[in-house]
Amino acid sequence: MTMATLQFEGAGKAYDGKIALDNVSLDVDEGSVVALVGHNGAGKTTMMKLLLGLIRPSSGRVSVLGIDPTGPDGAEAKRNLGFLPETVAFQQAMTGLEIMNFYARLKHADLARNPDLLKRVGLADAAKRRVKTYSKGMRQRLGLAQAFLGSPKVMLLDEPTSGLDPALRREFYDNLSTLKQDGTTILLSSHALTELEQRIDKVAIMSEGNLMACGTLNELRAEAQIPVRIRLRTQDGVASEIANRLNDADINQVNGRTVEFSCTPEDKMILVRQVSELGVAIEDMEIELPTLDQLYSHYRNEGGKQ
Amino acid sequence: MNATLIIAGQEIRDGFRNRWIIALTLVLVGFALSLTLLGSAPGGTVGASPLLVTVVSLSSLTIFLLPLIGLMLSFDAVVGEVERGTMLLLLSYPVARWQVMTGKFLGHLAILAFATIIGYGTAGCVAAFSGENVDPEAWIAFATMTGSSIVLGSAFLAIGYLISTCVRERATAGGIAIGVWLFFVLIYDMALLGLLVGQGEAISGGIFHALLLANPADAYRLFNLGGFENVATLSGTIGMMADVKLPAWALGSVQIAWVIVPLCIAGFLFKKKEI
Repeated sequence: MTMATLQFEGAGKAYDGKIALDNVSLDVDEGSVVALVGHNGAGKTTMMKLLLGLIRPSSGRVSVLGIDPTGPDGAEAKRNLGFLPETVAFQQAMTGLEIMNFYARLKHADLARNPDLLKRVGLADAAKRRVKTYSKGMRQRLGLAQAFLGSPKVMLLDEPTSGLDPALRREFYDNLSTLKQDGTTILLSSHALTELEQRIDKVAIMSEGNLMACGTLNELRAEAQIPVRIRLRTQDGVASEIANRLNDADINQVNGRTVEFSCTPEDKMILVRQVSELGVAIEDMEIELPTLDQLYSHYRNEGGKQ
Repeated sequence: MNATLIIAGQEIRDGFRNRWIIALTLVLVGFALSLTLLGSAPGGTVGASPLLVTVVSLSSLTIFLLPLIGLMLSFDAVVGEVERGTMLLLLSYPVARWQVMTGKFLGHLAILAFATIIGYGTAGCVAAFSGENVDPEAWIAFATMTGSSIVLGSAFLAIGYLISTCVRERATAGGIAIGVWLFFVLIYDMALLGLLVGQGEAISGGIFHALLLANPADAYRLFNLGGFENVATLSGTIGMMADVKLPAWALGSVQIAWVIVPLCIAGFLFKKKEI
């Protein structure tokens, strides 16, 4: 059995008796992109800190590339890690390039590549300016650039898009795709759920220090049984007739040329086949799968009920 | 390059960037020069070496100023970086915590040593060249004084690191640092004097020596003002030194212990600290 790149085994963490993380088991496989989703205080940052060996688990075990990050080989694990903190801060009096050179030396990375890394995040022109003069977005980008140092095998990104405007977000996601293509394992936490959907392999939904659910979006959709919504545009005057023929479906709305209905994820294909048998009467069809937002609130509410 | 040295280098670079080093050096040059120039007026008539007069006056300056500088440089070192969030990022790199602490300490030590050597060196040169005869013993006394001043400063750097590691907020660290400075530099000696006057009979010589050694500033005073015969004569501490017969090696090791012990405790606490 190959070991997961990042592994939590029943990991828990309590600060002064207050539980921040409760018995979480999660594997992140090599080369996959996993999103930690949850509100503030759900335990996302605690998980990142455990992986970095900044704090010790109160119970259970955490490993990075098979190494205990708080153990004697912790430095070896960190050499292969890139980390972007939630609020990234630098020594104000240094220039962007000086900061990059400092961190590159600590990681034994090639200093000559630093101008390229700064260019990659769009800071080439600001490289020789002091960080004091940077805007929040620029600091965030410098934070990303330092996480790229030494081509890490694993990236831990805590709220990487907070404080970035839409154009910079798109740039960030481009960078993320490049990393994914290079086979980097990525664990990121975010509030921006809708943006993430297309870009991640797995989602881990956190609430109050508990892992509520983990899986691919499709697995979670099947498990959550949130209905799929299908909207049809029909030819004139046949909408109600079509609605009557789709007897398995739960019809929400029949309105002029539109038929809107929902079904369980399993019934989706059966209904799609039925619809396609209707031939030319159907002009268009839209399938709306449950969004990450819906999944998130579903699992969060489930946590509340327990 | 070793992580400790990389961090030390960054600390020194930051010191230059923030103009900390320049400010400190100017303060020390200013104080040292004015004491030397003012102090040489009475010394000239009795024929005492001006350099030795400088040793005495700079020693008194050191006792007040270098602990303050040491604490000011270091009280922020850990708690400030944790508060600003730079520590979180630094510790995500492959560096051990002891390397972070040692590196920062060495960087601060270099800043302190640079400012002291330039500041006192300027004053020493001015004093030496204003008098006709400078005997080698005076130079040795001067160099020893400068060296042990740096050791005294680094003892308070180490105490500052200890404070900085223990507290959760920057402001608390600043408050404690001022308290520590007042205690060791002013209150301690006054309390000791009061004890001697009030309970002089009851205190044995051994306890008195131990109490003197327990304060790095007192150990420094005894080391420099009593260590050289000519200096002792000039400083008027000869009467006191007749009673306090502590060898130079003991005073020196106490001063160095005051650097190492707080730093080691700080390092140990920092290792346990959850960021």
